[in-house]
This record gives sequence, C-alpha cells and structure tokens, in this order.
Amino acid sequence: MMIFTIAAREIRSLFLSPLAWAILAVTLFILAYLFLSQIEAYLLLQPRLAALQGAPGVSDIVVAPLFGDAAVVLLLITPLVTMRTLSEERRSRTISLLLSAPVSMTEIIIGKYLGVLAFFLILIGMLALMPLSLLAGTALDLGKLAAGLLGLTLVVAAFAAIGLFMSSLTEQPTVAAVTTFGLLLLLWILDWAGNSGLDTSNLLGYLSMLRHYEPLLKGLFSSTDVVYYLLVTILFLGFSIRRLDATRLPH
Amino acid sequence: MSSQELIRIDHLHRDYGQLRAVDDVSFELARGEVLGFLGPNGAGKSTTMQMITGNLAPSAGEIRICGIDLLDQPKRAKREIGYLPEQPPVYRELTVDEYLTYCARLNRIDRRHIVRAVATAKDRCGLGDTGARLIGNLSKGYQQRVGIAQAIIHNPAVVILDEPTVGLDPIQIREIRGLIRELGEAHGIILSTHILPEVQATCNRVQIIHHGKLVFSDSTLGLEQQLNATALVAAFRSGPDSTALQQLPGVTAAEVLGAGRVRLHYSGSDPAEALVEMAASRGWRLYELVPERRTLEQIFIELTCSDVPAQVTTEAAA
Repeated sequence: MMIFTIAAREIRSLFLSPLAWAILAVTLFILAYLFLSQIEAYLLLQPRLAALQGAPGVSDIVVAPLFGDAAVVLLLITPLVTMRTLSEERRSRTISLLLSAPVSMTEIIIGKYLGVLAFFLILIGMLALMPLSLLAGTALDLGKLAAGLLGLTLVVAAFAAIGLFMSSLTEQPTVAAVTTFGLLLLLWILDWAGNSGLDTSNLLGYLSMLRHYEPLLKGLFSSTDVVYYLLVTILFLGFSIRRLDATRLPH
Repeated sequence: MSSQELIRIDHLHRDYGQLRAVDDVSFELARGEVLGFLGPNGAGKSTTMQMITGNLAPSAGEIRICGIDLLDQPKRAKREIGYLPEQPPVYRELTVDEYLTYCARLNRIDRRHIVRAVATAKDRCGLGDTGARLIGNLSKGYQQRVGIAQAIIHNPAVVILDEPTVGLDPIQIREIRGLIRELGEAHGIILSTHILPEVQATCNRVQIIHHGKLVFSDSTLGLEQQLNATALVAAFRSGPDSTALQQLPGVTAAEVLGAGRVRLHYSGSDPAEALVEMAASRGWRLYELVPERRTLEQIFIELTCSDVPAQVTTEAAA
C-alpha cells in the first residue's frame, strides 16, 4: 500500500518533468528507425531466403536485432531516469518527509524502484507494438517475441536496480548518472574479456549481462539467465536499502 | 501514555566522527506543552530533532514517543510525529493539494478521510485558495506553511518544528505563532529557534542547548521570575543619600551612577514603593524610576558564551 503510494508519486514526478517525455520520444524515434532499417534489410534478403531451407524468419532478422539494440539504447538512458530518484531527494532535503513518515526503508526503496520500473515498462510496451504491427501482414514466432520481451524486461529491471543504488550513494544526480553508466557498460562488456581464452575470463564472461541476454533473444529460455537478472536486481535493491539506512547511522 | 507524557528522551548521544554533537540530553514533553529549544548555531538543536523524528539514529540513548520506543518500533512511533525540518520538504513540481494528499497517504490516513484531512490542514495553515497552485511557484512564506500543514495533517501527538518562522514576514510570523499556540493546546510541540522573543511569545517551557548539552531548562513562568527585576534605576533632581537608600528593606547595594542616578540592587520584594515614599518625604524630587530586567537574551548569552563574564551590564527594558 505504502509502496504503491511512493511508486505513484515517483512516476508522477517523472512525467511532470519534461525529461521523461523527452526520453520517451527520443528513444522511440531511434528504435523506430532501427526497426524500419531492419525491415528494409529483411526485404532485401527475402528473395535469397526463400530459396533456403530452414532459413531464419522475420522474427530472427527483425525482432531479435531490434531487441538487442534496444537493450543498448536502454543502457544509455537508464542512468538519466534513475539518477534523480534518491540523490535529488537528499539534495533538496525532501527525503526527511519519507524518513519521518511511518514507512520502512524497504518500502521507500521498493516504492521508488517500482515507480522507475513502471516508466520502463511503458517504454517496453510501446517498443513491443512495433514487431506486433507486423502481425497485420505476416506470421510471427510469438514464443520468440515473448522470450525477447522477457529478456529485455529483466535486463531493464537489473539496470534500474543498479541505477537506484548509484543514486543512493551521492547527492549529485549527474554523478549518479555517470557512475551508473560506467557500471552498466562494464557489466555489459565484461564478455569481451571472456573471449581472450584465459581461465579467469570465463568467470568474467559469466558475469556479463550480454551473455545472459543473447540466449533469450534466440528464444532460448533458461532459468539460469532469468535467475541471474533477478539476483542482480535483488542484490542492488538490498544494497540500496542498506545504504539508505546507513545515512541515519553515526559514522 | 501515562500522565500524558508524549516524549521521553533518556541520555541521548550523537557523534559525527570525532565531534560529539549531542551529549547526554534528557528531557520530557507533556501534552499541552510548547517547548522552546534554543541554542546558537551548531549547538545540536537540529540533530536532536532529527533523532526524535527518526531521520538520524542516536549513538546512544533512548527515545520514547507516547511510550513507544522509536528505535524498536519506528513505524508505530512515527505515526505520532509531525516534523517540519529547517527546509520544508516539499516537491516543487506538485500542487499543494497533490502534495498534501501524498503526505496524508504516507501517514496512513484512511482513504475516506484524506480529503477532509487535507482541507483541515490547509485551513489551519491559511492555505485556503492555494490548493491548485504549484508549490514551486509559491512564496517562501507559503512554502513554509505547506511544510507546517504537512507536519500536522495526520493530527500527530507531537509536532516538531525546526525554525518555523524563518523567512516569513512579520504578519505571517504572528499568524504562525498563533497557530503554534493553538496547536499547543491539544498536542505537544517542540520548537527550535534562535529568535528569542519568539520563545517568550509562544512557549511555556524553554531549554537552551550548548555544545550538545542542555544548559538551561525551565518553564517560561520560572523564566519570567528569573528575568524579573533585580535592580531599580532611580533618578533624582536633588542629590540622594546613598546610605539612606541602603537602609531600605531588601536593598543589598546602592550604586551611584552620577547625575543624580542611583542603581539599587535588591533581593526579595521590590523596594520601589518604599523608595518613592522615602523620596517624597525627604524631598529628593524623584523623576524617574525604571525597573531593570534581565532579558532572555542575557541569560542566553551568559549560558552560551563562556568567555563573556557572568555579570553582563544590564540594559533597561521596561
């Protein structure tokens, strides 16, 4: 109950600032452009694909790359959405409204998190409409589409939790944005080191967010990948709760 | 909630690294009391208030709100507290109504009573027709009122106000003081300020905190007695006889100030009447008689400035 009150305030404040609208508009514009160029590529390939047996369909050539690119675009914009969640409240001292109200630290963090997540779900929902519009003219592999959507949602859920934690560390929203971006990018490209063939690189590769996302894009649902994202999300939410609690304690 | 005791603070400490900001502070607050919390900047006023409202955790000590331990059951205890920090915690992008509705929900007011609670809080703080305006567009004084409305919206047992009249114009200050007195009848109020007349105007108890320690605690009535005259300055046209003055009952010393002026220090009952009679019968032609009072400011300075000697020259304040 309190969680939803806080989440509702969060999403309301997001949409009262032009930032959320600008992010939605720019992101969807870029994704729409990617979607259209992917369709164009498919149309060029179509004659040759028709000759092949077991050739990749529209779901593989249009939907999977679109969702793959969408994750990278979301990696860029997540810091902008999450940067203000806690740092702005601390900077403008409005955090004391929450701290002196009868709500627990957990409720504050989960509430804020759900508010941010709701924003991303709106974005993903609009993104999902693009491939779904193809249903008007062709058949889609809805299972693959669902796996891709699940993957993207899990990726963004983990991104948002990391962004929220970074925002709890500082009073400067821009610092929160930069550090969030750095950490997200690092977690994304850890995989590159994994290709070097060393023993340690396997572990690094395993921690990479990209490596757990790719199977889902191919329509391969593995509970390991899902658990990976859920663990990252819960871990960083837990860190945020501890961090918020620690601001009260004497050092 | 025995004997209407709303707050009980026991041996509260708070350290910031090496610095001990609050050092062994203990006090109580009862229903119907308005407690003025005084102290120079950095004395530990705000830190103490933040601890009572759960914004900071104490290093040691115990806080009970209406008998509920704040550290053990923060959610239950916080229901009984309304808090206005130094900077009103308002979201500039919300309207007054949206903001107060949010505060009402946060404080777990029943959904059916929210509209009424918001209307009552606005009414009490004189926010009548500002409901649809953005908080960011309101003047500082109105933002402060929104902050106070937020603190009283859930009708808490204790209202804690950190410098509530900062940045207000004199008329607003009078209104806010009136509101505080009115609230003080049914609630317990802690008010921090460094405006000394404010304490005398609104509070019925005063505490002075200095370097984290409570150095003074008394009711305003007790304070009045301390503040009351301990000296008279009399001026005569034809020279007084200081030895005769010293014979007056209660007078401990007569200090000749020159130009026919004498300062009489006394203890116990006021010798003014006897002095007037004596002056009349001896033809000293008394033309001025001023009781000298200590002001709260002097007590404050005596307690908080260790390098200033205890005997500060008194100013006349009739």
